[in-house]
Amino acid sequence: MLTIKALRARLLAPLDPTLFNASALLMAMGLVVLYSATGSDLAKVVSQVRNLGFAFVAMWVIAVIPPHKIQRLVFPVFGVALIALVAVALFGEVSHGARRWLALGPIRIQPSELMKIALPLALAGYFEWRGRDLHWADFLVAGLILLVPVALVARQPDLGTALLIASSGFYVLYFAGLSWRVISGLVLAVLSALPLVWHFLHDYQKKRILTLIDPTQDPLGAGYHTLQSMIALGSGGIFGKGWLQGTQSHLDFLPEHSTDFIFAVFGEEFGLLGELIFLALMGVIIARGFFIATEGSTPFARLLAGSLAMTLFTYTFVNVGMVSGILPVVGVPLPYLSYGGTSLVTLFISIGLLMSVHHHRRLVKQ
Amino acid sequence: MNVGAKSTRLHLKLEGWRSRTLLLLLIGAFVGLGMRAVYLQSFNSGFLQQKGDERYSRVIEMPASRGIIRDRNGQPLAISTPSESIWASREDVEMKPEQTRALASLLSLDPAELNQRLNGGRGNFVYLKRQVTPETAQEIMGLKISGLYDQAGYHRAYPKGEETAHLVGFTDADDHGQEGVELAFQSLLGGAAGAKRVIKDRAGHIIEDVESIRVARPGQDVTLSVDGRIQHLAYRELRNAIALNHAKAGAVVILDTQTGEILALANYPDFDPNNREHLTGTQLRNRAITDTFEPGSTLKPFTIATALETGKVTPNTVIPTTGGQMTIGPAVIKDTHASNGLTVSQVIQHSSNVGAARIALSLPPESMWNTFTDVGFGQLPKLGFPGEAGGRVRPFKTWRPIEQATMAYGNGISVSLIQLARAYTIFANGGSLRTLSLTKVTGPAQSRTVISAQTAHQVSDMLELVVKPEGTAPAAQVRGYRVAGKTGTAHKVVAGRYANLYVASFVGFAPASNPRVLIAVMIDEPSGGRYYGGLVAAPVFSLLMGNVLQMLSIPPDDPNSGDFQIPASKTGAAEDT
Repeated sequence: MLTIKALRARLLAPLDPTLFNASALLMAMGLVVLYSATGSDLAKVVSQVRNLGFAFVAMWVIAVIPPHKIQRLVFPVFGVALIALVAVALFGEVSHGARRWLALGPIRIQPSELMKIALPLALAGYFEWRGRDLHWADFLVAGLILLVPVALVARQPDLGTALLIASSGFYVLYFAGLSWRVISGLVLAVLSALPLVWHFLHDYQKKRILTLIDPTQDPLGAGYHTLQSMIALGSGGIFGKGWLQGTQSHLDFLPEHSTDFIFAVFGEEFGLLGELIFLALMGVIIARGFFIATEGSTPFARLLAGSLAMTLFTYTFVNVGMVSGILPVVGVPLPYLSYGGTSLVTLFISIGLLMSVHHHRRLVKQ
Repeated sequence: MNVGAKSTRLHLKLEGWRSRTLLLLLIGAFVGLGMRAVYLQSFNSGFLQQKGDERYSRVIEMPASRGIIRDRNGQPLAISTPSESIWASREDVEMKPEQTRALASLLSLDPAELNQRLNGGRGNFVYLKRQVTPETAQEIMGLKISGLYDQAGYHRAYPKGEETAHLVGFTDADDHGQEGVELAFQSLLGGAAGAKRVIKDRAGHIIEDVESIRVARPGQDVTLSVDGRIQHLAYRELRNAIALNHAKAGAVVILDTQTGEILALANYPDFDPNNREHLTGTQLRNRAITDTFEPGSTLKPFTIATALETGKVTPNTVIPTTGGQMTIGPAVIKDTHASNGLTVSQVIQHSSNVGAARIALSLPPESMWNTFTDVGFGQLPKLGFPGEAGGRVRPFKTWRPIEQATMAYGNGISVSLIQLARAYTIFANGGSLRTLSLTKVTGPAQSRTVISAQTAHQVSDMLELVVKPEGTAPAAQVRGYRVAGKTGTAHKVVAGRYANLYVASFVGFAPASNPRVLIAVMIDEPSGGRYYGGLVAAPVFSLLMGNVLQMLSIPPDDPNSGDFQIPASKTGAAEDT
């Protein structure tokens, strides 16, 4: 009896209750919405549950491993992710006009999703390795480590994911103490380069940005996604239409309703109330991530946790912003709700990393 | 790239202000999202909800079935059968090559033509084919081609085909009457489409019926006065006569003189109302009603009737005919047979132009004009038929003597065949003009007195003389019955001048002792060597009259002349099919 109790305690110990409970609630919401969004397709829900099982195991395993051991793996992981990205560029599968997928036997993975974790890991590891005295050249090297994968993803083309990967890397640089002057310099440089960037954007990307300014301009073309998702959200009202009662998604008016635009289905069926609950839970997870970051045992752990928390925030903000029509349409999955194996596993690895940092905060003191 | 010139000392400890800055950003962003959600879902939700409803809620029309057109015996002349229209949303159509082939063959289209329809043209919506049978539509939808839809409706079928084509007319693809009875009785036949509200998905498939807004009210049936058997006969014999005489066109009108009902109305050239792909205007014309012609001698009885009414002449008054020729100013009026004097009856029997002109010149123009107008010439027949022609009778004040003289025998005036037939009802009905009816008459027949019964009988007696061996149309005789009628042979006016082309006609009724059936036959431009009404139109009349009297079981009133024999076809040019 005692041993079982001890075993359970041992098994549960690495799992941070706040992160775990909030994740469990969000995941439950996600599966419920997914069932509705797929038109009551149980097969997809089962498949997502399978992904979840795999993701949960990954989370637990990573939570058990102390950060200093994870640290040893960061460069190999980054290397593998980078090679996978190069492989995609060379012989990835083309889908919807972009080369994003890599087929490895029976499973298809999106290496850009892996890079979302691998890059902050690598940068945090790099700064830890460089030690206490950081020279500006270290930031230069970090910048290169950041730019290579970002450029590869941007070339797929998947500008949205590229920007997200860049942001997750940038958070590490920011927490590592990148000078304010450099930050403001970068911001200025980016702003002044915008016209040039505009020139290099694909037509569909330009359209998406123009659409944001006036979605009604091309209601059946570029503005269609945004308009439909806004209509779905708006028609949900405060309390929503109820589970399985959403019309826009069920009648096929809402595009990508089980993946990137699932928040619109959620909003239509559960209303403003449901959305605020979702945002509150995400807020709990992000705040918890921040808290974990501040008490991390090593610079690596702190940088990693801070960056992961910020990345979770970025995903949520960009996705919800896109669905509610304040940001341009970019292909970003919403944590916990969107259907998709790779992004789910990546998400739970992030949670696992946060748990690891928390669990081992006192065990390895420097 | 300038990344700070001095080396930075890093504690690698999350600095408070950096975290706080981010935290502020984070809170700000979440508050922004929350506010956006509040805006969309409470302040703007009414508008967005309406927009959302607009996207899936549709009101669709429920077509009403069109009324049946029947003949007087209840035989259907036009019926509606369910049919479907296949349409496509051009942007959404995706087909594999084998699907394209299968679809093209089901639509009886060339694959290239199908692609042309799908890819050419403007707009997203295109009808691929209208009026497809439900079975074919089912097969097409069974191909499971995205972007392809079917729409229920009705297809109009005409069981009697060419026979009743001009009379019944036809509808367009939207089931609206375009010609004939279909157009004339559109409001009755058409009914009213119903409507219902449905939920459609983005692909346009109906997911759910929400409510019925209006129940479809089916159109009412229309029963015509036409007798399908008589119509069949009239059509067949007209076609044969036209073939025999190498004529350009022709028409036949058969009336019930006692009710004013139109028993048959046939025209040639004709068309197949069930297949109107190569339809021309010539085929389409319902000549008996829409076309006018100079009637010629068939108008003489009205001149004589006027003279009898005024008391200027009796049937036995002798009219000098001056060798069958007379001159009025520069113009010369001629008869076909020379004579020096004819009784009024003989003027009709031999169809003397000189006699008719002499009688006319003794009358005030106004009295002739009154008779013409009273019998309906120059006025719309008001049958309710589309494109009715009223013909032309110039005001009597403008008549010059030569015009009055020629009008006496039907030149310088134009009428339609149906007007002519109707006008003759005064001789068959003791002076009363029957109101014609296209629909079956159940109540009492309507009529209006135009001439006295005595005059009517006198003219009727003269008309009987026409079919005697000495008359112009012995060919119009029907064995067993007394027949009254009048021939007409008019020069056609081409480009303002009388050309060497003719319109041969015969109008008559029987049994003369108690008239029941009136038949008017018109053959346009006979070119088989004969062109006189008595030779071209009278045989058609005789054959039709004999058959119709038999069909209606009307007892003979002249048994001494023998029994009517139903010949296969007197004109016999073509076999009945």
